[in-house]
Amino acid sequence: MKSLAELAELREKMKSSVNMRQDASDDTRVVVGMATCGIAAGARPVLAAFVDEVAKRKLQGVMVTQTGCIGICKYEPVVEVYVPGEEKVTYVLMDPEKAAKVVAEHLVNGRVVTEYTIGAVQQQEHK
Amino acid sequence: MMPELSLNILDVTQNSVTAGATLIKINIDASTADDRLTISISDNGCGMTEEQVRNVTDPFFTSRTTRKVGLGIPFFKMAAELTGGSFRIGSKVGEGTTTTAIFGLSSIDRMPLGDLPGTMTALIGPSPEIDFVLTMDFDEKGFVMDTRQFREILGGISLSEPEVLTYIRDYVKENMAECNMNF
Repeated sequence: MKSLAELAELREKMKSSVNMRQDASDDTRVVVGMATCGIAAGARPVLAAFVDEVAKRKLQGVMVTQTGCIGICKYEPVVEVYVPGEEKVTYVLMDPEKAAKVVAEHLVNGRVVTEYTIGAVQQQEHK
Repeated sequence: MMPELSLNILDVTQNSVTAGATLIKINIDASTADDRLTISISDNGCGMTEEQVRNVTDPFFTSRTTRKVGLGIPFFKMAAELTGGSFRIGSKVGEGTTTTAIFGLSSIDRMPLGDLPGTMTALIGPSPEIDFVLTMDFDEKGFVMDTRQFREILGGISLSEPEVLTYIRDYVKENMAECNMNF
C-alpha cells in the first residue's frame, strides 16, 4: 500500500527536476469543462488523460485545469487550450484518445488538431 | 443521471470549490449491517441563505446567470431517493454547506461508487490551493486521505504536479482495495 514515505521520496526526486517557477503567466493552459453537463458527458477521463500525458512526456509549463459550463453542452466534453501569444483553441466532443493526440500534436508539436475543433465539427454537421 | 456515484461527488463538490471553500471534507461510510451508504460533502465556503437552500433541489433554480437550469444537486438527490434513501442539505451564510445523501447499500437501483480516485485527482489537480479530506469507512475498516498531510511532506511542490496527482490517485485506490471497498 502507498505510504507517506513514498511521497517523501517523490519530493526528493522532484526537487531537482521540477523547476519552481514563480511566474505562471507564460504557462499553456488546458481547461476542461467540468460542470454537470461536462461530467455527464465524460470530462473526468478526459482531464485524467491530459494529466497522464503531460506527466508521461514530462512537459513543463503546462497547466491542466477546469471550468464550469460555457454554454455549449451538446459539444461536451469541451476543452479549451490557451497557448500564450496564440488564439484560444476550442476542442469539442473529446475523449481520452483525442486528448492524447492533442497533447502530442498541439502541445508538443504546436500543430492544432483541426478536426477536433468546434469549427470543424460544426462544419461537418452542416454538410 | 450519473452512472457512478463518484461522478455525483465530483459534480456536487465543484459547488464547494465555486463557493470559495478552503477546506472540503468528503465522508463515505458504508455499513453492511445497516445496509446503508452515506455520502456527505461539507465545506467552509460562502454558504447559502435559507431561501437558496429551499430552492437548491429544484432543477430550475440556479445561482448561475448563464443558464436557467442547475441539475447537480437534483441528480444527487434523485440517485439517493431511488434507492429508498434520503437527501439533506444544511447551510449557513459565511460558515459553509453540508450535503448528505443516504443510499440503500444493497439496492439494485444504487449506482456503483465507480472511479473515486479519479474524482479526487480531478478535484485536487485544478484546485491545488484547496485542502481536501476524504474519510472512508466500510464496516470495520477505513482510511483517511488528507491533502494537508501531503502538503506538509511536499514542502513547496504543488499538489497539481502530475506526478503528485498520480501518487494521490494510487494512494486512494490502494487504500480502498485494502479495505475491500468494492461497492
